[in-house]
Amino acid sequence: MNRLKLAGLTLAATSLMGLASGASAGATLDAIQKKGFIQCGVSDGLPGFSVPDAHGKILGIDADVCRAVAAAVFGDASKVKFSQLNAKERFTALQSGEIDILSRNTTMTSSRDAGMGMKFPGFIAYYDGVGFLVNKKLGVKSAKELDGATLCILAGTTTELNVSDYFRANKLKYSPITFDTSDESAKSLESGRCDVLSSDKSQLYAQRSKLAHPEDYVVLPETISKEPLGPIVRNGDDDWLAIVRWVGYAMLNAEEAGITSKNVEAQAKTSKNPDVARLLGADGEYGKDLKLRKDWVVQIVKQVGNYGEVFERNLGKGSPLQIDRGLNALWNNGGIQYAPPVR
Amino acid sequence: MFCCFFPGHSMQNLIDAPKQKLRFSDPKVREWLFQIITIVAVVSLGWYLFNNTQTNLQHRGITSGFEFLERSAGFGIAQHLIDYKESDSYARVFVIGLLNTLLVTVIGVVLATLLGFIIGVARLSPNWMINKMATVYVEVFRNIPPLLQILFWYFAVFLSMPGPRNSHHFNDTLFVSSRGLNMPAALAADGFWPFACSVLLALVAVGLMVRWANQRFEATGQPFHKFWAGLGLLLVIPGACALIFGAPLQWEMPELKGFNFVGGWVLIPELLALTLALTVYTAAFIAEIVRSGITSVSHGQTEAARSLGLRPGPTLRKVIIPQALRVIIPPLTSQYLNLAKNSSLAAGIGYPEMVSLFAGTVLNQTGQAIEVIAITMSVYLAISISISLLMNVYNKRIALIER
Repeated sequence: MNRLKLAGLTLAATSLMGLASGASAGATLDAIQKKGFIQCGVSDGLPGFSVPDAHGKILGIDADVCRAVAAAVFGDASKVKFSQLNAKERFTALQSGEIDILSRNTTMTSSRDAGMGMKFPGFIAYYDGVGFLVNKKLGVKSAKELDGATLCILAGTTTELNVSDYFRANKLKYSPITFDTSDESAKSLESGRCDVLSSDKSQLYAQRSKLAHPEDYVVLPETISKEPLGPIVRNGDDDWLAIVRWVGYAMLNAEEAGITSKNVEAQAKTSKNPDVARLLGADGEYGKDLKLRKDWVVQIVKQVGNYGEVFERNLGKGSPLQIDRGLNALWNNGGIQYAPPVR
Repeated sequence: MFCCFFPGHSMQNLIDAPKQKLRFSDPKVREWLFQIITIVAVVSLGWYLFNNTQTNLQHRGITSGFEFLERSAGFGIAQHLIDYKESDSYARVFVIGLLNTLLVTVIGVVLATLLGFIIGVARLSPNWMINKMATVYVEVFRNIPPLLQILFWYFAVFLSMPGPRNSHHFNDTLFVSSRGLNMPAALAADGFWPFACSVLLALVAVGLMVRWANQRFEATGQPFHKFWAGLGLLLVIPGACALIFGAPLQWEMPELKGFNFVGGWVLIPELLALTLALTVYTAAFIAEIVRSGITSVSHGQTEAARSLGLRPGPTLRKVIIPQALRVIIPPLTSQYLNLAKNSSLAAGIGYPEMVSLFAGTVLNQTGQAIEVIAITMSVYLAISISISLLMNVYNKRIALIER
């Protein structure tokens, strides 16, 4: 009887992971071209990054990255289907082949780049860091005054580890409450179950905007860790990895060269600038080298926008979050977004 | 299946039968053939799945194996029954999660059984009010999904309590707030071990006294105040010990310092919400099981007991329920198993039990989904099998032995 149970257990465990369905690695791009759309994994509702609007369309910088890839591959930014995933299921969905690209405000770390069957293309959509959101009535002005506090954190994120390191390094005590979704942790902050909500600072601004009285809460000035957030793909298809990487860099290069969604068509026809010509396909076969269409950047910028436009629309002045470009400005403008050249 | 694999008797027939060809029409041959085919099919399916998984994992570059259990965890845990610091290994995190699951299961099983029995008997009460209230309880709590009940208890009840700075308190010792129930911690003082020994001594003395009193009653019919004598022994012996050796316990009071209470024990609201919700939910099912058990006992038993002059209370306790237990125990086992498995819903409110801690956080940090899920499933299987075994032992002891 026990042997049967063991066999049944192996069966259940392996079929649970769906790897027995035989998704083969190394042919992600082929599979995508055959099925005609990209399956994009996003979060379950984080304003500014990936959140459904009133009609169910997913808006946000992570969603726009996927749309840019679709525009580059198919010429149509709408050829994307979104899967909403929470922090626990995100990696398993990518490892098992359920999604083609995970664009879900995921921090690039060495342990995720190795040994988990995934690779970061290296394009960082948003340079972030972990911070703390507290209620103003606690009268706390700095993170160093948080000794003994109760923290709400999302389970399985780098935030859990970074917060633990910070409190230990500063010899402070804390009590963690972990949740599966950011909505649950925000609700607990409002009800007073925890004193502090700890997460990537962009998420803190996003969550604050969803609270009943956002003006009662303040984000503390300290940033206690580096959280470079970017898309991540499965191992085994270098072409696909290169495509995702260079779509991101193309958006940055477009902003650097002054190409916007309004002037891209005109620039494609008339620009004499050699950088612009290479980017927009007038010169060279850089698109073909990446196994994309010749006018890949034109389609990206026309349908989705350059990096600056995408940022301002989702996180900056054109959005309720009003986050400064800060670190995410271009390298020649006070930030650290630096894209290698297309040539 | 295994028991029929070697039909020794008929095998002898096959060997003795002179020069008989292996015919498919022979039922014994068919029996063997199908069993062999089934075993080969199951084993090869298992081997194929295992092999396929291993190959795919290697191909994708996903590490497999159980070495990740020795890596250090690096995150904090809200409730840990054994000592824990952030540099401890994932294996220790697993043990902590397991202990938290077992804590909820044990407390839930005890409370749900008590509550379930009371409600079940209440449904059979001739008092109209009690009867209807019990019916309403069962219908309401049986039909709402357990996760919703857990969320209700957590968000609507426990989290709407005031914050720690305005907590309700009794005498400055017991504090109730949205951070949980803070109570004084009992720490062992000088007189602890002598006190423990004296309690043991008192229990032994009570046991001996009860045996002596029963034997005397059987022999001579003289009753004895067992209850009061036992109580006296339990109070006097440890009491004398405490006087001689000093107080056995010293209390550490919880104090509000800054954000939270420091010192003392705390029952976090997640644990309270989960235990209460599961107790109330499972008790509704147990109530129905108890009611069906009691109504299964023939009414003739009640009539016979009444005709002997037994009042309703002792009738129920000494005549009906012992017979009803035979019908109650098997479905009761299922309800206990359900409670153990429903404790995994704790992930919705952040209670650090095995699923949310191990199959949630650890799975995400290491990415080794298959090993983590396999371990978690095996542990739940082990818990469930243990509960079933215990209940089956009890079941056999009270089974009706037919002559």
